[in-house]
Amino acid sequence: MPDLFDACPVSPGTYHEMLEGQGQVREHWQRVCAYLQRSGRAQLAQRQASLTRQLQENGVTYNVYADPKGADRPWELDLLPHLLPACEWQQLAAGVAQRARLLNAVLADIYGPQQLISEGLLPAELVYGHNNFLWPCQGISPPDGTFLHVYAVDLARAPDGRWWVTADRTQAPSGAGYALENRTIVSRALPELYRDLKVQHLAGFFRTLQQTLVHLAPGESDSPLVVVLTPGRFNESYFEHLYLARQLGYPLVEGCDLTVRDATVYLKTLSGLRRVHAIMRRLDDDFCDPLELRTDSALGVPGLLDAVRQGRVLVANALGSGVLESPGLLGFLPAINQRLFAEDLCLPSIATWWCGEPAVMARALEQLPQLLVKPAFPSQSFNAVFGRDLDKAGRQALAERIQARPYAYVAQELAQLSQAPVWQQEPGQLQSRAIGMRVYAVASAEGYRVLPGGLTRVAALADAEVVSMQRGGASKDTWVVADTAPSGEQWRTQHTLGVADLIRKDPYLPSRVVENLFWFGRYCERCDASARLLRIILTRYLDGDDPLALQAAVTLADELSLLPEEGTLPERVRAALADSDWAFSLRANLQRLQWAASQVRGKLSRENWQALVELQNESRSLENQTADFGEQVDVLNRLVMSMAALSGFALDDMTRDEGWRFLMIGRRIERLQSLCSSLAVYLRGPTVFDQAGLEWLLELGNSSITYRSRYLAVAQLIPVLDLLLLDEQNPHAVLFQLNLLVRAYGRLSKEFASSPEPALALLADQLKHFDLRSLEDSLFGAASVRAVLTGLADLLQSIATASGEISERLALRHFAHVDDVSQQTVSV
Amino acid sequence: MSARYQVIHDTHYRYDSPVSLAQQLAHLWPRPCAWQRCTEQVLQISPTPTQRRDEWDVFGNPLTRLAFERQHEQLQVVARLQIEVLPRAEPQFSASPAWEQVRDALTYASQPLSGELLQACRYRFESPYVHLKQRFVAFSESCFAAGQPMLLGVQALMEKIFSEFTFDATATQVATPLVEVLERRRGVCQDFAHLMLACLRSRGLAARYVSGYLLTRPPPGQPRLVGADASHAWISVFCPTQGWVDFDPTNNLRPALEHITLAWGRDFSDVSPLRGVILGGGNHDPEVQVTVMPLDEYQV
Repeated sequence: MPDLFDACPVSPGTYHEMLEGQGQVREHWQRVCAYLQRSGRAQLAQRQASLTRQLQENGVTYNVYADPKGADRPWELDLLPHLLPACEWQQLAAGVAQRARLLNAVLADIYGPQQLISEGLLPAELVYGHNNFLWPCQGISPPDGTFLHVYAVDLARAPDGRWWVTADRTQAPSGAGYALENRTIVSRALPELYRDLKVQHLAGFFRTLQQTLVHLAPGESDSPLVVVLTPGRFNESYFEHLYLARQLGYPLVEGCDLTVRDATVYLKTLSGLRRVHAIMRRLDDDFCDPLELRTDSALGVPGLLDAVRQGRVLVANALGSGVLESPGLLGFLPAINQRLFAEDLCLPSIATWWCGEPAVMARALEQLPQLLVKPAFPSQSFNAVFGRDLDKAGRQALAERIQARPYAYVAQELAQLSQAPVWQQEPGQLQSRAIGMRVYAVASAEGYRVLPGGLTRVAALADAEVVSMQRGGASKDTWVVADTAPSGEQWRTQHTLGVADLIRKDPYLPSRVVENLFWFGRYCERCDASARLLRIILTRYLDGDDPLALQAAVTLADELSLLPEEGTLPERVRAALADSDWAFSLRANLQRLQWAASQVRGKLSRENWQALVELQNESRSLENQTADFGEQVDVLNRLVMSMAALSGFALDDMTRDEGWRFLMIGRRIERLQSLCSSLAVYLRGPTVFDQAGLEWLLELGNSSITYRSRYLAVAQLIPVLDLLLLDEQNPHAVLFQLNLLVRAYGRLSKEFASSPEPALALLADQLKHFDLRSLEDSLFGAASVRAVLTGLADLLQSIATASGEISERLALRHFAHVDDVSQQTVSV
Repeated sequence: MSARYQVIHDTHYRYDSPVSLAQQLAHLWPRPCAWQRCTEQVLQISPTPTQRRDEWDVFGNPLTRLAFERQHEQLQVVARLQIEVLPRAEPQFSASPAWEQVRDALTYASQPLSGELLQACRYRFESPYVHLKQRFVAFSESCFAAGQPMLLGVQALMEKIFSEFTFDATATQVATPLVEVLERRRGVCQDFAHLMLACLRSRGLAARYVSGYLLTRPPPGQPRLVGADASHAWISVFCPTQGWVDFDPTNNLRPALEHITLAWGRDFSDVSPLRGVILGGGNHDPEVQVTVMPLDEYQV
């Protein structure tokens, strides 16, 4: 059996994290190696598998735009952590903290007196020419002069073992959430090692972040409202936003959840506007305020910048801090640090030539084949290119491009990455891969504090020299291994809570979330009802033994607009199932359901989310054009099952807060509408007394089993109506749902001091007093029975209409301010 | 000899559906400059804004911030100005330095920068409406021969734009990209100003966008019509020896007594007369009427 380490050689000219030049294991790796040897292949494979499963369960996804396979794809995590000895870490951390302090000071100057530019230490080109230099922010001084609340730096280790800076992240550094999640998972997968190595905890960093935000937020309150602002679920790191928000205990909001009144930011919640004191933003600088910044963006909060200017809200990081994300700056920082702090920078940065100086450009052009050419500004439509990948003509074209606007280009030496061992499940070995590391610092009252760890990124391929979040690859947890036991406790959300802190409802539930919960509920029921009816039609069509019952079901589907008008029955059914261009198709409704669900992801449990993912997979198989009707029936069976699972989650898995109540009201309204309309149509049809018709009616109302167990007889009108209309114990009976809706709506009206809805209660009363005996009494013959049935159908229709009106009232009262769209206006 | 004007700039939005919340930024008050004296200025706003704050923007222009927090179906903003425009010194075009020399003076050279150059550098780079591209360098090639005194080059560029482009109010919208303007050879004053800025900045020169008004003359024998004018735009270019010099590519002339300066910035987005964000509103094309009248006529 080959040794675990056979495929992990030291390549000459690179630094190996685990092995020294002669192949001996580095000291801080020895215990890990011994552990790996001891564990053996099978156990490691099993641990990696459980880690991967854990990761999938957490739904860690790294959404890459334009991914043909859809927005989600799993983010890999290696079993082996990246190890750093404490003594080495201390120096590194000091360098990171020093750099954070420097960059903060540079921002203060750029948005203040601009001394560095006029003294010639910083080129005006790199500031004024940068699309994230926000002129309207000029002159704004944030609380305590802190621009950078969180800073991240990308590091690579050179062959001599030193860490070099390859890039600075100053605007909304991503990845700290992943670092925290990696830690949670890996420390659980390797618990003995984690304890033995005395790994430094990450908790202090996140606690400091919370303290800093509280400290710097305006207002008198001890517990200011802090929110995390995300661009939304289509953002590549939405999962991280959600994860961080939950860990820190902050509501996750989108731009449209916030509004600015009188230069003050408010969160739109169900119970009204609530003042927001601090915003941790995950939105790029220029998208934050469509009024004063990028005017073509709908993601931000109009007026936010002015609220910042007036000191009414803290935005972290400060708006405009993205200006420092230019590789062109790297070469100027040592002199600036000398000028501002009379110190050398501890961390060297990778050799960088900014082409804005003619002499520098000339040198860079000479060495083009050895260099990497990057855009100086993110707005450029130019991708980094390796000089060595270009032929002579290509280099000539590049040189001309650079000469046309020299200040927009930067040439860099290639970062030499160190290698670290990664566990390869196949063939069950360690292999060497290039790694890079992102390290985080957070502002505190005592200066910058560095996260003891970070996000280590691993190249996807054995020979890759570039690591990137967006080009596949994996990540590693980063362990700073101490000589002494780590101080402080593990990360737990916030401080000790006492009885006084108890919360029974989420006070910061954004209205948008509530509205989407409501629609989530409605679409669940709508999909369920239409899947059931289509299944009835399909099975009757396949059996082919009762054309009358089939026709009645088709008529019902027609009346409910569940079948498109054109084509043969099989064509119409196929379209009703899967034509997502047809607005009423099952597929289209499932898509709406998924959309609403994605908007409320933060309110759903992991298992609930998993059920939704499965539902999505099922709904994809609807699209299979080659599937015959038998297979489609199978798909519908599975869909109905998935819907039942969702219904179970709604009843038993969610906290019964306001959001949940809206969800349930949505479900009840939808079920009532569909039940009442279906029954009304049925009662007016020719198959009222027909056994086959009543059979499918029971099936539609999900009450066949109950019926059979009660009556041991074929379906007949009176007992069927009793079960589907009046049985207050049957959740599929109209009266059951109606009573609950009246109660829920009444409670809502009381809480929000709005007018109750007497019509609905009246209808419930009428239905309750409907006497089935009037159908038995043949005193006036068949005609009178017909009249009774028509009257009943009218009543049911009124109930359906009234529940639709309730929906509109709710929308008007609770969601009206959500619906409106912000738009830009401009006049000349 | 100076000239005195009465200016009325009336912007009227009639929204399709009610607007529940609106924020507007107005650049409708003239910035103080040596060659203008404002004797009267009034801003009438209806409905009454919930908040109004008058301040200076980062480019030194007066800026009025308005917020409307009550539902409204119309918005009308009327600016009335009485303003006197004084003659400015004629720059010596042929005495201006070679354009390359100006470009180099604006380029980073590890040296301290004078306050004047630092100011000029603000207007040397890309901005939302002015993207820098090689084709703008190519377009202006014939105007900037090697060693050409800068202002003569700018003058030639203005003439080139004037003669090769057609004024066409229907050809473009505010957001029409410049390359399209260049291709179709038509546009309005904003487009021509942006195009000229793109050419100058692509060559490394510093030039800013000027928003204002222009006195127009009615056809011979016809009376001046109220509201027949429009807001206007031109550019100003930085010359280290002569300061900022204005050029109007739409009319092929150097702004003098008939141009009234309101504000300047990197491009239209910095100084749009009225721009904002509204909640609701549906369709919202504003009706804009501008009247520029010599004061003596107005009083008659």
